[in-house]
Amino acid sequence: MDSVRSDPSDSFLALKILVAGGFGAGKTTLVGSVSEIRPLSTEEQLTEAGRPIDRLDGVEGKTTTTVAMDFGRISIHEDLSLYLFGTPGQNRFWFMWDELAQGALGAVVLADTRRLQDCFPAIDYFEHREIPFIVAVNCFDGARSYSETSVAQALDLDPQTPVVMCDARHRASGKEVLISLVEHAGRVHEDRLAAGGPMI
Amino acid sequence: MSDSTPHWYDDDAGPVVRLYAMTAGRARPSSEAFDLMAVVRAQPREAGEVDETVLSPEQRELLALCSREPRPVAEIASDSGLPLGVVRVLLSDLLTAGQIRVSRPVPPAQLPDARILREVINGLRAL
Repeated sequence: MDSVRSDPSDSFLALKILVAGGFGAGKTTLVGSVSEIRPLSTEEQLTEAGRPIDRLDGVEGKTTTTVAMDFGRISIHEDLSLYLFGTPGQNRFWFMWDELAQGALGAVVLADTRRLQDCFPAIDYFEHREIPFIVAVNCFDGARSYSETSVAQALDLDPQTPVVMCDARHRASGKEVLISLVEHAGRVHEDRLAAGGPMI
Repeated sequence: MSDSTPHWYDDDAGPVVRLYAMTAGRARPSSEAFDLMAVVRAQPREAGEVDETVLSPEQRELLALCSREPRPVAEIASDSGLPLGVVRVLLSDLLTAGQIRVSRPVPPAQLPDARILREVINGLRAL
């Protein structure tokens, strides 16, 4: 670690935003609509939960599997970029979330009103770790039949947690989702400072 | 002759070289510096100052990816097409060899500086 230097000229800032939600909620679509999307692959240890799914017959020595995540960059200016990470949805990849969540500015939880319960695990995760997040309801064609308030109630959200409606396919809508998140993260941070929260 | 020989593998078979052959079997980097958002940049140097032939092709590629502008580890991994774990090991070699510098990510409690967040919001609006 002693070879890691703090150089005042190193002004490039990379901010991380997570995009979570159930399978098929539109994570890939959202990352793709607002940024240049590409895969990020990781080699991960196979967990017990993964064993029934990843066939190991004949490859008993195999203990890792490749996981591809959605990844996208939004350049704000030369020294500041946002990076979006689509969190892998399947339960067997939970172990990756801790690293992804470390130091994240915040998270977008995408919800599909036809399967609201799919986003409970993500909401629980971010609430317990006190990571600022918003819920973005992805309105598929004709699916906009619930209000922000009813979604917030159904998900039992804290009153401060914003719920926004979006169409993840459209760049303008995706941008508004990210803006809502950044504004919310700023408010959460100010509140923590005002409450005398820990300054690390 | 080779043209008529059917290939018994295709791209789906993955890389022919096993991934950790590139890292001499190491699965963990020697340094903990390589957080996903740790910013890596190539050390500026005079032409001919460094003997790049001692680097593996993959190390040279990673070095090239952070030569023009600083980039976080995650982006270098994504652009190289190599898995994150492999990239971390290779970057730690480059760090030890003095070929790159790494800036630790800003601690979470300092991240949402109001001025920076305003820049982000304005930047998103202008997209």
